[in-house]
Amino acid sequence: MIVEGKLSARVVGVDTISPTLKRFRFAPQGGGQFPTAAPGAHILVTLRGPDRVWKNSYSLVTTPEQRDQYAIIVRRADASRGGSHFLHDVITGGEAVELSAPASLFPIASLARKHILISGGIGLTPFLSYVPVLRSRKATFELHQFCSEGEAGVFRDLLGNEDGRIHVHGSTSRPALDQILADQPLGTHVYTCGPDRLMEGVAQTARRLGFPENAIHQESFGAATGGQPFVVRLTRSRKTIEVGETQTLLEALEAAGVEAPCLCRGGACGVCLVPVVDGEPEHRDHVLSDAERAEGRIIATCVSRAKSASLVLDL
Amino acid sequence: MGIQFKPTETFRGDFSYSNSDEAVLRFPFPFAEDKYMYSVNMEPHVRKGPCPVFEHAFDVDEHYIAECHERALVLESDPKRCQVLPHMMAAQWDTLELIMESLATDYPEHFSLTRDGDNWHWINRPLNTDQRFVFGDPSTLPREPFEYITRQAQGDFTIQDQRDHNLYVDGGMVTCQADWSLEFDIGMSFHEWHGPVPLAHDIGVFDRALQYLLRLQYGQPVRRLNWTMTVNPRMDTSPENYPDWGPDKLTVTPENVDRKVHLRVELQTLFRLPRSNGILFGIRCYLISLQDLERVTKWSKRLGRVLATLPPELVEYKGIARYRDMVVSRLAAVDDGAPLSLGIQPDQTSLPPRR
Repeated sequence: MIVEGKLSARVVGVDTISPTLKRFRFAPQGGGQFPTAAPGAHILVTLRGPDRVWKNSYSLVTTPEQRDQYAIIVRRADASRGGSHFLHDVITGGEAVELSAPASLFPIASLARKHILISGGIGLTPFLSYVPVLRSRKATFELHQFCSEGEAGVFRDLLGNEDGRIHVHGSTSRPALDQILADQPLGTHVYTCGPDRLMEGVAQTARRLGFPENAIHQESFGAATGGQPFVVRLTRSRKTIEVGETQTLLEALEAAGVEAPCLCRGGACGVCLVPVVDGEPEHRDHVLSDAERAEGRIIATCVSRAKSASLVLDL
Repeated sequence: MGIQFKPTETFRGDFSYSNSDEAVLRFPFPFAEDKYMYSVNMEPHVRKGPCPVFEHAFDVDEHYIAECHERALVLESDPKRCQVLPHMMAAQWDTLELIMESLATDYPEHFSLTRDGDNWHWINRPLNTDQRFVFGDPSTLPREPFEYITRQAQGDFTIQDQRDHNLYVDGGMVTCQADWSLEFDIGMSFHEWHGPVPLAHDIGVFDRALQYLLRLQYGQPVRRLNWTMTVNPRMDTSPENYPDWGPDKLTVTPENVDRKVHLRVELQTLFRLPRSNGILFGIRCYLISLQDLERVTKWSKRLGRVLATLPPELVEYKGIARYRDMVVSRLAAVDDGAPLSLGIQPDQTSLPPRR
């Protein structure tokens, strides 16, 4: 599957799950099928509001085989940058949206003998795509969902039939993480998604109980490409260009019509290296030596960004 | 209009394989400059570029049927050329889905795929195959899904599992390889299976390539060209069969070098797989005889210049020491030394007769 650009989609359904949770369903614009999504995959959703654009990542809750629709579940957060408010308050169905190809940074481990999934609150979402896949692979697994007492029923409904492997723990009946993770068979992997405190607790408990590091998996949307916006000035072409938070430096240069060299677009080949005249780069490439990084006089535009508010490049 | 296949050509025995003029002009010539050295020369595998073989996810050409027959012959005598470790079943289905969808989309006159939920119907017209099966249920296919579909594709394939910040070659279909063995390499990590490559380790090529590939994103495959040379148009140059083809190197003379020696180019593609999070590595092999390559003036001069300046370690590693000088002197004789355009494109649209 080669995905060029974004996936054009429209909202084909909005389901209210609870006062703060809604499921948004997307279908490909003009019919057809979406690419097969990994279990645990997330998509970057681009929403165009009346006076600004939101780009937020959400875990897909649909299985790999479901390609006529993707779905996400979003909590209306009090302290959000506005994306969840916009989704909850403005999106009612029919709207056009842009989706990225589904990315997977939270895969199911191929060699695990047993899978333990531990989530908190809305952190359950990636496991909603895991569970049907683990069932169809006849894998050994258990899921523990931690939530407030009031939401326990909502999450039980989302997970479907409790079959002895699915456990929803409301606030009055919480087992300790030790209880869940102790005495597990060799080859058990643990996956966690939810509030930082829960994820750290799971990782620490697992380590203390002797889980090897490679058997502990935490969901994160990762340091993909984004970061703080910054400004770049080009000495040769005399241009000043703003690099947005979800845009790479290279993409900003290309959007401004600057002929910037590049090849792999992943920080490995070194073709895009450009001299830095002023400012402090934040290096994310795999090419530069430690000495070159410390010196800060050269930057890989395809992945690296700025620590300072601006950079001046010899370009 | 579909591809005009050449179903009876051979890659052994009488070696009747040859390229049509069209196939010569679309050959993926690997040298963009007059000198060659290892680098992380990977780029996005988008449907465009300086060579027509880049225009499809998996290139199919006039040799398709003959190459599938050749693969079946190799597997008949050595079934272990296809092996997949047990934890790679999800990657097997990913591979089958990716190849079937790509071929059906890119070549609808030759392949079709219809799906009704998990009930799939695959038609491969060139190989006269019509198969209904249940996606996800291996018992509904005549072979395991990876072997089933890679028997119907050109080029070798390996599947890499990603774990512990490394890639492991945990499966493959390898019948047209440039002197490496799946039986020997299966289960190895990235640096282990690249161990024999000279010079590149020292300049950090494999460290950087691994970091890049660990981050390979679904929907954004990448590609590179690799090359070596082979005597006779022989696909199966495996270590297992070295006694069959190693001695061929001794048969090259100044009189037959243009017919015997072939440039062997691999279009290597890497696709992130969704269900398994593995990587499918396609190694699509193209062969061109020196006498056909010479008909493209730029390629003739450039190949001569690259071979003349190739580091001795690479001459040794690529196994071309026996006849390299013969090729160089033949090509140098018609090289005026004029500068050549950068890039791999042929710079001509028709071919003169052979020299």
